[in-house]
Amino acid sequence: MGAVPAVQARGLVKTFREQRAVDGIDLDVRQGEIFGVLGPNGAGKTTTLKMLATLLPIDSGQAEIFGVDVAAHPNRVRQLIGVTGQYASVDEDLTATENLWLFGRLQGLRAADARSTARRLLEQFGLQEAADRRIAEFSGGMRRRLDLAASLITRPPLIFLDEPTTGLDPRTRGQMWDTIRGLVADGCTVLLTTQYLDEADQLADRVCVIDHGRKVAEGTPDDLKSQVGESTLQVQLESGADQAAAAEVVRRVLAEEPVLTPEAGRLNVALPDADRAADVLLGLRAAGVSIRSVSVARPTLDEVFLALTGHDVPADGSGTGRTDDIDDADHADHAGSALEAAR
Amino acid sequence: MSTTTDAATDAATDAATDAATDAATTAAGTSSVTGVPAAAPLAGRSPVRPLDTEAAFARTKGRVGAGDTVVQTFAMAWRALKKMRRNPEQFFDVALQPLLFTAMFAYVFGGAISGDVDSYLPLLIPGIVAQTVLTTCMATGTQLREDMDKGVFDRFRSLPMSRVAPLAGPMVADLVRYVTAAVLTYLMGLLLGYRPGGGVPGVAGAVVLAVFTGWAIAWAFTWIGTIARSARSVQGISMMILFPLTFLSNAFVPADTLPGWLETFTKVNPVSHLVSATRDLANNGTVTAQVAWTLLTGLAVIAIFLPLSVASYRRNL
Repeated sequence: MGAVPAVQARGLVKTFREQRAVDGIDLDVRQGEIFGVLGPNGAGKTTTLKMLATLLPIDSGQAEIFGVDVAAHPNRVRQLIGVTGQYASVDEDLTATENLWLFGRLQGLRAADARSTARRLLEQFGLQEAADRRIAEFSGGMRRRLDLAASLITRPPLIFLDEPTTGLDPRTRGQMWDTIRGLVADGCTVLLTTQYLDEADQLADRVCVIDHGRKVAEGTPDDLKSQVGESTLQVQLESGADQAAAAEVVRRVLAEEPVLTPEAGRLNVALPDADRAADVLLGLRAAGVSIRSVSVARPTLDEVFLALTGHDVPADGSGTGRTDDIDDADHADHAGSALEAAR
Repeated sequence: MSTTTDAATDAATDAATDAATDAATTAAGTSSVTGVPAAAPLAGRSPVRPLDTEAAFARTKGRVGAGDTVVQTFAMAWRALKKMRRNPEQFFDVALQPLLFTAMFAYVFGGAISGDVDSYLPLLIPGIVAQTVLTTCMATGTQLREDMDKGVFDRFRSLPMSRVAPLAGPMVADLVRYVTAAVLTYLMGLLLGYRPGGGVPGVAGAVVLAVFTGWAIAWAFTWIGTIARSARSVQGISMMILFPLTFLSNAFVPADTLPGWLETFTKVNPVSHLVSATRDLANNGTVTAQVAWTLLTGLAVIAIFLPLSVASYRRNL
């Protein structure tokens, strides 16, 4: 049986004032997959998601959710989706139980059913201890979980998650990932936006990268990463004078052109495979080039971006430039937290 | 994490049942729809019967019915009442204004306008009631604006719910405010020596009329709440409307003491109708044509501003 895509969008456009926040985006999300929309702040991720979720009118283009046109049947679409926003969309003054009860009632559950659904969801999300506490007293992670629970009351077949882990600590983030995987195991389709390459990598079956309201790439996370190499080798030379010799070694060993930073005496090169780093180092030793430090890291969102768009992540002055933060071993996380700091 | 896994398994069973039902519903319908080729089964995931367009239509309703709208309005009213109970400071204006203004106006203007406080009270109290319910309207608009800026409104907007319920719900809850404001003013009046000639039925009628009018006019402020940029600007705009409306009326002074042009304005001012109607009810126990004018004005305000508010709520955000 041929299934319709969970989401099919063609040429979506949203203009705010003069600026085209979303500029002709096509999306195809298959049923049962986790689809990631990856991009920096201000790329148009949230706007795209809001248009698909009937929260913003579509200026131009067309979108269907399970074959139902979003503009023509917003009320039907709302019954097929659950939306978890970037900022917890639950009521601060109500308790967890009251929130879920209210959303259940608003979606046509009888009072008793709304109560039992609230209880079941709180248990499922490990929030039963906090059932009668006001959301104002909740931690960020608890809020997000409650928010997600609130999106699942009527078991919608498609869930939109807008930056589900932005601002969460690593442990809570891992829990959230497990929860999201659980949703898909239950037969949901998930469309999520994220600024983190590692999140897309961990969760998504397919990813599209957007920048300035346009789609710049689409594929599996592996496809994306292969465009920048599995990992990056960075070598800090003892003396800048050796740079030409070092570059020559890299070309010979890897048949790749390194990126040089002459003033810092540094060179970066994409590795097809992390093991090849050793070959380069041996080559440098043989050529008599001294090294101050070496690192091999996974590509960051910045690097993916640079490779795809030819420009850096718009950094809002956050200092995520390629040359500044390379000594950090946990590359992706570092870029993530720097982006976050810029929020 | 183990609870999550267990619950997930339960949910998976349920989801499978749901999917089976969906498939049954659409067995007769067409099933082949063009689109992206179906994904290959993803490793480690239970195969789920995909949803097609027919099934998607079958499991959803095109519009929100009237019955649902009522249920949703009351659910939203329940929410507003919970919030009121948890933020009792919201009642300060409703509670303090009648007490403060009644006493102040009675002692400051009583002698000048009516000779003494006692003879001013029958003129003043219905005026203060009108002023208080109108000020309460302003709170309705301000709070709606504040509320709409919160994340939870994103969820309301993403739910398949009536677009009037998020506006009408708080309005229903606000009836508590209007009743509190009107009753407190009459109590304060009684305390100062006001003895309404209309007795309990007259005063009760006056309270009901004032509450209805306040509630009706609040729709105009709800509309302002949906179009203004911030709660502060709602307050600013509302003040500019409310002050002239209450003071350029017969609420605090007999209208015949005013210059001719102003007297004409006070005659058409809806606040004057409310004040005259409630004076007749509370002081004399008589139902006059003013009651009809007041009701008519109230209904007209609802008829104009309810659709405007819903349209603006739908459009903006």
